[in-house]
Amino acid sequence: METLGALLTFWREQAGKLGEQTLQHIGLTAVSLLLAVLLGVPVGLWLSRRPRWAPVVLGLAGVLQTVPSIALLGFLIPLLGIGPKPAIFALFLYSLLPIIRNTLAGIQGVAPAVVEAARGLGLTDGQVLRRVELPLALPVLMAGIRTATVINVGVATLAAYVAAGGLGEFIFGGIALNNPAMILAGALPAAGLALAFDAALGAVQRLSARRLGRVGVGLLVALPLLGALYLLPRASGKLLAGFSPEFVGRADGLPSLTKTYGLTRLPSVVLAPALVYEAARNANVDVIDGYSTDGRIRAYNLRVLHDDRRVFPPYYAVPVVRPALLRQHPELAPVLALLDGQISDSVMTSLNYRADYLHQSPQVIAEAFLRRRGLWRAPRPAVPGAPVVRLGSKIFAEQYILAEMYAALIRGNTDLAVQTKTGLGGTTICFEALRDGAIDMYPEYTGTGLLVLLQPTPAVVDSLSGQPDAVLRYVRAEFRRRYNLEWLAPLGFNNTYALLMRQRQAQRLGIASVSDLSGYLHQ
Amino acid sequence: MPTNQPPVVRVSHLSKRFGAHAVVQDVSFELAAGETLVLLGPSGCGKTTLLKMLNRLIEPDGGTVEINGRDILAQRPELLRRGIGYVIQQVGLLPHYTVAENIAVVPRLLGHAPAAIADRTAALLTRLHLPPARYAGQLPHQLSGGQQQRVGLARALAADPPIILLDEPFGALDPLTRASIRREFRELEELRSKTIVLVTHDVTEAFELADRILLLDAGQTQQLGTPRELLFRPANDFVRRFFAAERLALQLRTLTLEDVFSEMRHSNAADASRRDSDNFATQTTVNEALEALTSTDTAPAFSFTVAELMAAFGQALQREEDAWKR
Repeated sequence: METLGALLTFWREQAGKLGEQTLQHIGLTAVSLLLAVLLGVPVGLWLSRRPRWAPVVLGLAGVLQTVPSIALLGFLIPLLGIGPKPAIFALFLYSLLPIIRNTLAGIQGVAPAVVEAARGLGLTDGQVLRRVELPLALPVLMAGIRTATVINVGVATLAAYVAAGGLGEFIFGGIALNNPAMILAGALPAAGLALAFDAALGAVQRLSARRLGRVGVGLLVALPLLGALYLLPRASGKLLAGFSPEFVGRADGLPSLTKTYGLTRLPSVVLAPALVYEAARNANVDVIDGYSTDGRIRAYNLRVLHDDRRVFPPYYAVPVVRPALLRQHPELAPVLALLDGQISDSVMTSLNYRADYLHQSPQVIAEAFLRRRGLWRAPRPAVPGAPVVRLGSKIFAEQYILAEMYAALIRGNTDLAVQTKTGLGGTTICFEALRDGAIDMYPEYTGTGLLVLLQPTPAVVDSLSGQPDAVLRYVRAEFRRRYNLEWLAPLGFNNTYALLMRQRQAQRLGIASVSDLSGYLHQ
Repeated sequence: MPTNQPPVVRVSHLSKRFGAHAVVQDVSFELAAGETLVLLGPSGCGKTTLLKMLNRLIEPDGGTVEINGRDILAQRPELLRRGIGYVIQQVGLLPHYTVAENIAVVPRLLGHAPAAIADRTAALLTRLHLPPARYAGQLPHQLSGGQQQRVGLARALAADPPIILLDEPFGALDPLTRASIRREFRELEELRSKTIVLVTHDVTEAFELADRILLLDAGQTQQLGTPRELLFRPANDFVRRFFAAERLALQLRTLTLEDVFSEMRHSNAADASRRDSDNFATQTTVNEALEALTSTDTAPAFSFTVAELMAAFGQALQREEDAWKR
């Protein structure tokens, strides 16, 4: 019931968006279906005349059908970029098999005697096709189109991953935010569309062959019209933004950004998180959301817009440790403190770039960094029976690199042994491992500690108002009180949400901060 | 029925092979206007292939077909076919067309006036015992097998083509329906003037309908002649064996009272007066006379008994045998 209430509220609030997405969804389905009919029916007819080719062509179409839709989109993006083109093309490929196969089956299902009699009466080959074979194959052909339509309505939700719109925007936003109401807000209309199309085409299919012909022609006319829905003017502006679903849906993401900076004139499309950077790089979009220390910022020459009004909560990286570790090994505290404030945003970005794009190992990156900073000491010889410090990390490059740095510092400066337990998955797993004593420390982010682990009331979050020091003070005090865990000093960088633009464009337009962006849009 | 007019259909040295298999080998015949030729033979003898080469549903490998003196290869196949009626065993009515629309297919292709087509359709349906008011608007699946075949026949006749090709037209019907449709077929005024080529493997049917029979085996002509010639003057062993099983029945159906009583008629003048009082036509077959004599409900109107008829029949057979041996 709670979800239902939330769902209705969501629909009410997002009615305009829902309508737009539904029309886009219908448009995508219709255009791809039209293309598939225009190619699939002639191919099916051709196969009915050259049955020797049928296994090859149907096999090929069948292979296309088995490629997972996400993977297919992945293949298409390098060729077609992002936007409606890859989405329509993928949907078109998925529609081909049922349409070709049913066209062929429909023609082959016409009784040979009927065709022979028709030829014997003096109908030309064209007349036999138009007056006899096609009308009689039409019910089976329509069944194929019906199948393709229902498949397409379902697969079209994935169009949201490539900035092609549709009802998938809500669905993927909802998945990213773990918000069932938002998922349903997109999934229910999509299911409704599928059922409606299925029922409508089912009714058409039951018509007599004679009327079916007329309806079929009508349908061919209707498809481009429905497809045109997709082309309805979308909001346009000087710049186009491409955002990941989570960013669009999260309260501390786009909504608060829009409110605080008045970014009302920034039309946006939604696309898969993995594609956001690509889209910016290829100039499909101009403004994207990202993480401020992502290696791709450097790789693609992007600029992080300064969050001058502090909309995004601070996510400063800080080692979190079990207090017992420092009590038992007092010599550790100064060693761990060697990294305090050493790593700026741009430094962390470069380090991530080495890992993600130059494919250097975290260990090599960590050693190179420590050498540059004059912190590198060769590991001391292992002492038998030495106590072991267990370092944890989440599963992404930044955390691996930090863990390797701490490991190298401890090995070079103390006699303690080090064990790294990298790849502990997400936040919750690392945190629980630390509480249970399975690890002794791992790098956590202040914002994550606040919003994911402590989850204080909105009033508390508001009172901190995004001040980095205030947030750190709060999480440090609360962790001590609730979990008896200690936040040390920040490493210096803030891996938070950020708006990114291409460096060259931002420079040309004179945009360095989000306020600049807003000002430019309102000029 | 030989005439002095040029043949309507002239087939010369026609051959067809499918792969290595020679289906039709060097077949020739001529058909006069109004003649009915039955292509007879066991399954796979090439009779259907031969038939389909007449309207170019199958193209020959060798030989020629002339219709009204024109080589059919010189004509567009569709145009050729519109001038030749075509009926097949499976009927092949267009399932999405009504009875009337099925019958109107060829006249429409030929651009006949709609009013004329409607009149013609109604007339044909009436003649084939399918009252148009009831049947014209029905779809083929609403009809029985026999009714469908009647519509198929009407469709072939609709544009009044001078030539009709029929491929086992009664083959798919049950025996009773087959017999009744065959009777209708024989008595149909429309067909009297047509040149007809009919394919069957049913010997009785062939004897009932044919002016001449072309008996085929393995794609080769075994004998071309009247039913009587094939029965009493078999050209080879195959022909003799082909009719062996039904020999007596065929003889009963082939010999007429005129044949049987010819001796009496010539020797006994009194017979002439007696015959006049009989319900007796010279073309009545022995078989038909026997049926009339042995039927219980009507009194026999003949002046001879079963025994006399059978004796005369026996003598007639003997005469045919003697003539053959000489």
